[in-house]
Amino acid sequence: MNKNDVDVRALAKLARLEVSAEELAKLENEIPDILAFVETVQKAAVSRETTTPALHNVMRSDENPHESGVYTETLMKAAPVSENNRVVVKQVVSRAEIFRKQSDHENPSVVSKKATKK
Amino acid sequence: MNLSTLTIAEARRALDVKEYSALELTNAYLDAIEKKDGEIHAYLEVWAKEAREEAKSADEMIARGESRPLTGIPLAIKDNMLIEGRIASSASKILENYRASYDATVIKKLKEQRAVFLGRTNMDEFAMGSSTETSAFGLTKNPRDVRRVPGGSSGGSAAAVSGGLALAALGSDTGGSIRQPASLTGIVGLKPTYGAVSRFGLMALASSLDQIGPLTKTIADARILFDVIRGHDPNDSTSLPDVPSVFNKKPRTIGVPRAFLSQGCDADVLECFEATLAHLKSRGYEIRDLNVPNLPYSLAVYYIIQPAEASTNLARYDGIRYGLSVAADSIGEVYAKTRGAGFGREARRRILIGTFVLSSGYADAYYRKARAVRELLRADFQQAFKSVDAIVMPTTPSPAFMFGAKSDPLAMYAEDIFATPANLAGVPAISVPRGEVERDGTKLPVGFQIIAPHGGESTLFSIGEDIETMEA
Repeated sequence: MNKNDVDVRALAKLARLEVSAEELAKLENEIPDILAFVETVQKAAVSRETTTPALHNVMRSDENPHESGVYTETLMKAAPVSENNRVVVKQVVSRAEIFRKQSDHENPSVVSKKATKK
Repeated sequence: MNLSTLTIAEARRALDVKEYSALELTNAYLDAIEKKDGEIHAYLEVWAKEAREEAKSADEMIARGESRPLTGIPLAIKDNMLIEGRIASSASKILENYRASYDATVIKKLKEQRAVFLGRTNMDEFAMGSSTETSAFGLTKNPRDVRRVPGGSSGGSAAAVSGGLALAALGSDTGGSIRQPASLTGIVGLKPTYGAVSRFGLMALASSLDQIGPLTKTIADARILFDVIRGHDPNDSTSLPDVPSVFNKKPRTIGVPRAFLSQGCDADVLECFEATLAHLKSRGYEIRDLNVPNLPYSLAVYYIIQPAEASTNLARYDGIRYGLSVAADSIGEVYAKTRGAGFGREARRRILIGTFVLSSGYADAYYRKARAVRELLRADFQQAFKSVDAIVMPTTPSPAFMFGAKSDPLAMYAEDIFATPANLAGVPAISVPRGEVERDGTKLPVGFQIIAPHGGESTLFSIGEDIETMEA
């Protein structure tokens, strides 16, 4: 793996991970080295790329549910911010975004016109 | 009582004939921790008050004549297993103040026997490392030489047992994290068959590899602890059904993958290994050279599959439902800042490697290829076990190393070369202390590793006891 083939900044973004500029510089050396090492698996002679796993997961039967709410308090206590038995998070989708998507959907030509103009 | 040589078996006898009480035994360990753990730092937290209460409750059980194998036995628990109401942090800042909402299945089983929990032990952050140096909460020293690492990731558990600060301990082993620290601190460490011990309540690292197991002074103690924690659990979808063992015969043939062993292994460690083999031969074992063709790929396969699964499992730590949360303007920034501030360097490195090997365009060449090679390795082991009862290797290529000696990640990963094959194949493996090598004027312990087929823990104990009873 070549150093230029790995975009560590993009990986950090995908992994939702803030990384300082100083650490990024180190990682840009370390990660290609590690990938160069693990690449040796590519030399192994594998006849079939997909193999049937020897094991499979066994789920418990979905029955006898516990009484609703008995664990709520315990689990809510672990949440960093909560309110009225709900976990509080920052807004996931903003109002402006919803309106933009709606108008894109109703009037797709606007988007394509803009795109052609560019 | 001499804590440096005391075993579970001996303590059980003494407790049952009332030579001393469980409370006295627990107090002896708490005193030892008070005196010695300032230097060793095996523990992240000592539960002195709770431990005394648990010991009293154990004494009542003993007085009623209802004692069970672990009643009143003081244990150390790795910081990645949940005990309801107590902090479990995986030695990470992201879970520094996290209190467990429920008991892990292994803890539930220990509580039923009224075992005593002395405290939670230091470890590499989220069990990623081979020296306990990646803990967010300081170094743990090797009781055999405090200038050296105790190994990892279950380094605190190993140091506690080796240093006489716990009678036995629980660890978890994803790629050697029980066996390697056991080897470096001169004790016994067992990684059971994948699925033999429930992982419900164990913080997941790499789910296709993780397994909980005991760290003890003797084989007999490892067997006692394993027999208590094993068994089917409907709460763990990878738990194996309870079936009687098919390994009832005394093992006779032992395979040695000689071609693989010379790879980066210290000459005197290899000599130690050969001397143990010669002893086993004199005990009547047949020793055979073995060809395990895909063994040399194990480490590379491991360092693809492990980071891939770790990056997936660690995605849950995002500052929303539990653990550290760093305030920010948008939810995306809350995730990125919380994870950036909460995870240490090695955790971040592995998350990024895992993200790469799973990313579209690279997953075929890395992750899927590694999975395919892993299946070849499993088949290799199956083939090998048709002709031998067990396979043996050194546990580690070298004895305990100095702090900071392996700052290059690849040098640290190489420490796992002999440990990862058992995790990849899902087979049980044990490290038994046997022999010493000298470094800078100090004699350091060496571990001998035995690997058996799926469900073959009794084979490990049988050969392990033959090694334990050998004369020096």
